Amino acid sequence: MIYLTLFYEFFKIGLFSVGGGMATLPFLMDLTNKYDWYTKNELTNMIAISESTPGPVGINMSTYAGYQAAGIPGAIVSTCSMVVAPIIIIIIVAEFMEKFYNNPSVQAVFYGVRPAVAAAIGFAVWGLIEITLLAMNDTGYHPDWLAIGLCLIAFLLLQIKKLQKLHPLWWMVGGAIIGIVLKL
Amino acid sequence: MTKYKDLYSAFFKIGILTFGGGLAMLPMLRREVIEHHHWLDEDELLDVYAISQCTPGVIAVNTATYIGFKERGILGGILATLGMITPSLFIITLVAVMLRQFMENPILLHALAGVRIIVCALMLNTVFTMAKKGIKDGLGLFIFLMAFLLATFSSVPIVALIIGGGIIGFLSNKLRNGGKKS
Repeated sequence: MIYLTLFYEFFKIGLFSVGGGMATLPFLMDLTNKYDWYTKNELTNMIAISESTPGPVGINMSTYAGYQAAGIPGAIVSTCSMVVAPIIIIIIVAEFMEKFYNNPSVQAVFYGVRPAVAAAIGFAVWGLIEITLLAMNDTGYHPDWLAIGLCLIAFLLLQIKKLQKLHPLWWMVGGAIIGIVLKL
Repeated sequence: MTKYKDLYSAFFKIGILTFGGGLAMLPMLRREVIEHHHWLDEDELLDVYAISQCTPGVIAVNTATYIGFKERGILGGILATLGMITPSLFIITLVAVMLRQFMENPILLHALAGVRIIVCALMLNTVFTMAKKGIKDGLGLFIFLMAFLLATFSSVPIVALIIGGGIIGFLSNKLRNGGKKS
């Protein structure tokens, strides 16, 4: 039963994605290896859409993934399953919030969790790059040098403080225009 | 006393008017939660934000749950959360349906190909920023590299990497404190 599978997977994502919406990415990437709900290429589209529509990115991505898996009921199941664990945890923590947050052991755990989360996201991003820029398939890599060049330019531009503040939506509008003009 | 309806509608409004979640949500959150409904003051909001970042789940949702729970108990927490996720459900489903309709359109395909390249650049930048903020010293760098190598070259589940990082952090803290006592 797909809804039970969706509940299980998204409950788990809600429980383990610490540090905001993008922490869901490694798990969503992992799902492409386990189920045929969406491809890695579609996942990249899903990120783009989730970042350029209203609402928290993590919730948007989960709604989208659930929709891809099982239509509108799937979207509802995945989104609701995703928030079950956080609701329970917040309600428990809310009672003794300050003590929890300032507890040195809790701080120490998160000191170790944050680099691991960054690495997990980094690994997932590498998966996106393999598909989008290196065109990986059964016969190996077929680097798309134009795409690699454009990505590098965009990344370097992103290091400029003023441009970094620009909303991702505008970056994607730029990407769409370049894609249409260059017929990518 | 805060009404359930207010909790739902306030967070619905925040959900529909913020792009990107996380920090992007803060201005809207301040207007609704501090200025309009007086559920929290400035300092409390920052605390809630910090705690939401440290607990599992999406930051925006955690903040909604916390405020809803403080105002009207468990049902309040659930309603605030539902308010926060309702706009996503409608908007994303709508976009997904539309995208499926036009998926054959060559202009859309070119546009999406361009957008995907930008997503790669944006995501690379996110990883760099997170790594810069999250890695405080040599041990942090070690955890980062170990986790990345394990993810790349083995089939260790992501959950295990995150729990492993937490355990290393916890143990290193215990060891350091053990050293201080002597």
